[in-house]
Amino acid sequence: MAALQSALPHRHAAPQPVTEASAAPAGVAVTLDGITHRFGASTAVDNVTLEIKAGELVALLGPSGCGKTTLLRILAGFQTQTLGRVVIGDRVVDSLPPAGRGVGIVFQNYALFPHMTVAQNVAYGLEARGAAKDAVRARVEAMLALVKLDAMRDRFPKQLSGGQQQRVALARALAIRPSILLLDEPFAALDKNLRLDMQIEIKQLQRRFGITTIMVTHDQEEALSMADRIAVLSRGRLEQFGTPEDVYDRPATLFVNGFVGSANQLKGRVLRVSGGVAEVALEAGTLLSAVTPDAGLAVGDPAILCVRPENLRLATEAAPQQIAGTVELALPLGPVVVYEVRTPDGGQVKVTEPRVAGAALRAPGTPVRLHPVSPQTCRAFPVSAGA
Amino acid sequence: MTAAAITAGLAGPATAARTRIGREWTLALPLAAFFAVFFVTPLLLLVAVSLFADAEMTRFGLDQYVRFFGDAFNLAVLGSTLYLGVKVTALTLLFGYPLAWLYTRSGPRMQSALILVIILPLLTSVVVRTFAWIVILGRDGIVNTLLLSLGLAETPLRLLYTEGGLVAALVQVQMPLMVLPLITTLSRLDPNLLDASAALGAGPWRGFWKVTLPLSLPGIVAGCLLTYAASVTAFITQSLVGGGQMLFMPQYIYQQTITLHNWPFAAAISIVFMVSVLGVVMLFNLLGRASKGYVHA
Repeated sequence: MAALQSALPHRHAAPQPVTEASAAPAGVAVTLDGITHRFGASTAVDNVTLEIKAGELVALLGPSGCGKTTLLRILAGFQTQTLGRVVIGDRVVDSLPPAGRGVGIVFQNYALFPHMTVAQNVAYGLEARGAAKDAVRARVEAMLALVKLDAMRDRFPKQLSGGQQQRVALARALAIRPSILLLDEPFAALDKNLRLDMQIEIKQLQRRFGITTIMVTHDQEEALSMADRIAVLSRGRLEQFGTPEDVYDRPATLFVNGFVGSANQLKGRVLRVSGGVAEVALEAGTLLSAVTPDAGLAVGDPAILCVRPENLRLATEAAPQQIAGTVELALPLGPVVVYEVRTPDGGQVKVTEPRVAGAALRAPGTPVRLHPVSPQTCRAFPVSAGA
Repeated sequence: MTAAAITAGLAGPATAARTRIGREWTLALPLAAFFAVFFVTPLLLLVAVSLFADAEMTRFGLDQYVRFFGDAFNLAVLGSTLYLGVKVTALTLLFGYPLAWLYTRSGPRMQSALILVIILPLLTSVVVRTFAWIVILGRDGIVNTLLLSLGLAETPLRLLYTEGGLVAALVQVQMPLMVLPLITTLSRLDPNLLDASAALGAGPWRGFWKVTLPLSLPGIVAGCLLTYAASVTAFITQSLVGGGQMLFMPQYIYQQTITLHNWPFAAAISIVFMVSVLGVVMLFNLLGRASKGYVHA
C-alpha cells in the first residue's frame, strides 16, 4: 500500500494523454532475495537482497566487476542465478526465460537491430507477441511520438545520432508495456551535454509511466541525480541500499564513503565508543568525534575516520578538535577552491571552501587549522572493512 | 569519379591525398604485371583459339559456339554442372551454418578443436581427400561393410560413381570455404542483439530468423560464392568420385583437349562455362551487395 501511494503523486503531477493512460502500467515491486551468482570459482554476486518498491527508480552503483551487470542480467533472465530468488510483481520468475518475463531493457550500446528501420525496431516486440497489425502500427506511432522521433520512423539506426538511438531503444523497450524497465549504463555512450538532457528525459518518462526502473551505472553523479534509491555494490556484495542522501551523507561502509563523492581518510585509534559515536585519536595528532555505523568498532581498535572535503573548515585561530597543517596547493575550480593541506603526520587532506570573487587564495606554505563542521559529518570505520 | 568529386579533389588537402594515392597504386604493378602475363594473356589466347572454325585451326568463325549451343547433349552437360554446384552449395550451407554457429557459441577450448576440424581438409591434398571418399563409398568400403554387417542391406549398395556420392564428397571437400566466412560474420554479431530480441518476447527461432539470419547474409553470400565456384570446377573430385558415368564441364573440356585434341571446341566450351559461372557468381554478388549495406554499421 505504501508503495502504491508513493507512485500516485507522479501520475497526478502530469495529466496523461490518451496513449499513455492506456500505456501506463502500474509499477510493480521487485524483490531480489539472497541472490548469489558464481562463474566457476569466482563469485560475481554474493548474497544480495534488494526490495524495490513499485514505481521506484533504483540505481545499482559500483565499480566495474562489482556484479551490478550480472544482477541486471539475472533480472532480465539472460543468466540464472546460482542461489536465490527473483520476484517481479507477485511472480517468482526464476524459471521463466527472458521472453516470458516482460522486462524492458535498454543496453549500453542500445543493441538496435541494424537491418530494421526505427519503426520496425519498435514493432519487433509487439510482433513477437503476436499483436494485430493495426494495434502494432498504432502502438509504434504512439511510442515514437512519446520519444519525439515520429519523423525518423523510416530511418535505419546508423542514420541516427547517439541520443536518437537511445530514444529508439527506450521506445522499443517500453512498447511491450514491460512490468519493469532495466537500463544498462544508459548514458555512458553519450557526450556530456546530451547526457544531462537524456537523464532528464528518461527520468520524466519513468515518472509519467510510473514504471519500476533499475539502472546499472558506475557513475555516482548519475546515480545520485536520477535514482530514488541507490544500491552500492562492491565485489559482489551489497554495501548499502538507501536514498541518495543516505548514501552520500550517511555512508554505511568505508567503501561507500570513498566511492560515492570524495572523502579524506584519516588514520587513528578508537579511544571511546558510546551510542554509535566514537572518539578517534588521529595520527595527525587530534582527537575527533565521529559517527560509527559499524558496531564492530571497539576501544583500542585502529580506525579510519572519513570526512568529506566540503565538511571541513579552515580556521586561523586555535580551538579544540582542530587538525594543524600547512597549505600545499590551492586549486580554484570556479565556485569552490580545493586546498591540499599537509598534516603533521605527513598525510594529505583536501578541503573545499566557497570561492569569494576577488579574495586572495591561501598561499602554499600558509599554516592553517582544520575542523569538521560537526561530528555528524565524520564517519569512523574499522580498518579491515572495504577497500 | 563524378565531376563533383573531381572538383572537390582540386581543393588543398584533398589534392595532396590524391597525389599520395597516385603514387601508391604503383605498388600493385608487380602483381598486375604477373596477372597480365599469366592470366589475361592466356585468357585472350583461349578466346582467340575458340574462334577457329575447325579443329585444325585454319579458318576463323563462330562454328564452335554454334556447335555447342546446337547440341542438346552439350547443354545438358553445362546444365548438370551448374545444377551440381547448386546442390553442393545448398547442402554445404545447410551443414556449415550450424557448425559455424556452434563455433561462435563455444568456449575457447572447444573453438580451437572445432577450427582444427574445419580447416583440416584444407591442410590435406584434394587427391587424398577424394581417395578417402572412394574408400568410404566403394563396393567394399566402410559404409557398405557396415550396412552389410548390420544386416541393413542384402547386397553392397552402389554409392561410388553416383551423383549422391559425388555431392557428399564435394560437400565435405568444400566445407571450409563455406564455414570460414560464416564464422567471420557470425562472430561479429553483437550478442546483445539476441538478448534484446529475447527480452522483447521473441523465442530463439524468431530471433534466429529475424535477427541472426538476415545479419549473417553477407557471410552466407561469400560462403556460397566460394563453394559454388569451387565445386563446379572441382575436376579431381568430379572425375574420381563421379567416374566415367557422369560428365561435367571440367572433364568435358579435358576430354576435348587431351583425348580428342579439338582445341578450338575445348576453348569454346571453356569460355561458355566461364561466362555461365561468372553469371551465377555475379548474381550472388548482387545479393551480397544488397545485404551488406546495413550489416557493417
